[in-house]
Amino acid sequence: MSLIDSLPRVRKLVLPRADGLIPWLVPFAIILIWQAACVAGLVPVRVLPAPSDVARAGWKLLLSGELAQNIWVSFWRASIGFLIGGGIGFAFGLANGLSELSAKLTDTTLQMVRNVPHLALIPLVILWFGIDESAKLFLVALGVFFPIYLNTLHGIRTVDPQLIEMGRVYGMTDGELFRRVIFPGALPSIFVGIRFALGIMWLTLIVAETIAASSGLGYMAMQAREFMQIDVVVLSILIYALLGKVADSAARVLERLTLAWHPAFSKV
Amino acid sequence: MQQVLRVPLSGTETIDRSDFVPQAQALRETAEARGLPLTIRDLRKSFGDHEVLRGIDLHIPAGQFVAIVGRSGCGKSTLLRLIAGLEKPTAGTISFGATARPEDVRVMFQEPRLLPWARVLANVEVGLGRDRKAQGAHERASHALAEVGLADKRDQWPSVLSGGQKQRVALARALVSGPRLLAFDEPLGALDALTRITMQRLLERVWADQAFTAILVTHDVSEAVALADRVLVIEGGRIAEDIKVEMTRPRERGSADLATLEGAILRELLGPGLTE
Repeated sequence: MSLIDSLPRVRKLVLPRADGLIPWLVPFAIILIWQAACVAGLVPVRVLPAPSDVARAGWKLLLSGELAQNIWVSFWRASIGFLIGGGIGFAFGLANGLSELSAKLTDTTLQMVRNVPHLALIPLVILWFGIDESAKLFLVALGVFFPIYLNTLHGIRTVDPQLIEMGRVYGMTDGELFRRVIFPGALPSIFVGIRFALGIMWLTLIVAETIAASSGLGYMAMQAREFMQIDVVVLSILIYALLGKVADSAARVLERLTLAWHPAFSKV
Repeated sequence: MQQVLRVPLSGTETIDRSDFVPQAQALRETAEARGLPLTIRDLRKSFGDHEVLRGIDLHIPAGQFVAIVGRSGCGKSTLLRLIAGLEKPTAGTISFGATARPEDVRVMFQEPRLLPWARVLANVEVGLGRDRKAQGAHERASHALAEVGLADKRDQWPSVLSGGQKQRVALARALVSGPRLLAFDEPLGALDALTRITMQRLLERVWADQAFTAILVTHDVSEAVALADRVLVIEGGRIAEDIKVEMTRPRERGSADLATLEGAILRELLGPGLTE
């Protein structure tokens, strides 16, 4: 009895440390092999600088404050664009999931707009907004809108109708029905949308910054290309990878907190 | 004459039923005050061109336990959904007497229909309806949960419960508002045979305790005769038989009397051409 009781606790205490390291083994090995290849002269430094060179470039940019400044600018654009686009997408998803009339009125239009690749709008956006902040925010918001809209809508449409009937039988008002049945039921699907949207958010922002910006990570990479600073270019790419991972991890933590009831998340 | 019955519920809990018989008899007399009578007049229901119920006339006195049996598609579930207010009748009336409030009529479905994102106790509180936010809601829900033998599960997620336990939580949710009429739509249909028998005993016990009017739709004739005061056989959208089951409780499952009655009802259901 006491042994069985203590088993899960032992697992929780010991294993997560090892478990937490396993996903990082492959990236770490890649960096090691990369460094070795550069040191051995297998890869010309003009093609790919050694990780140590990249780290040195990063350190220099960090000391000058340039790196932090650019990351901050990009992070700010990404989050504001995400909030605007995600907010509107969520609102339309709710409206169209809950109201037949609203869905009839707007869904067809939105589906048409969805099929236009939003990055194809860059020339138009530059003409409209110049290389101003609003250009980047507009593109990020547009890119983020659709995954959140579609998954919110899908989540609401697929809430178990038997649960809704149960809620009505037990006298829930429309507001309670939404808060206690429909929204929690749609939440797993909404999270799928959020994680999709986070990927699109970085993609859009980097492309927009690369083409039309005077600050931010994408701008930093393009600037470095001009001066043949290949180490800074590689550094920017690695930072994108890290930021993407951070965003995804944040979504996972949120998922685990809000979906604790879900068998797929409660086991963790 | 008193017998002590220990009814195992989930292997760990037992319910002392030593006082079952006198208690039940005493409560029968107060059932009139507690339960809700039901009167149905010329009830019809059509879905498109298909007429499912073709004129049902029925009176159920307060506190009676009525089972409704019939073949699939005979209209028994539709009748229950009409009684529970889940559908509107095409014609005819259903009345519960003058004093009925919405919380007085509760349904228990074939599926537990628990909110997966709410803990067991919160799921039971759903059954309180408008009183959910009133003082003492927690205590009432805990009490209902204890009544179905799941007091220790109050802080669990529904996903960790077994099928029988989920259905007991659903029963607690239906009971917590102190309903005066409880409609069961094949609530035990999806359970295994042993769980079903313990659940039948639980249903019978809470019915005896709380003296509500019970209407049980089932396809299991032995369940109907084991539990009900009265068995209605529905055929082709009409009441074909109205059978009184006058046997003392608790009834011995597998006894000759029950088997005879069950056989008679089955013969009625299967029709003359299909019996031996």
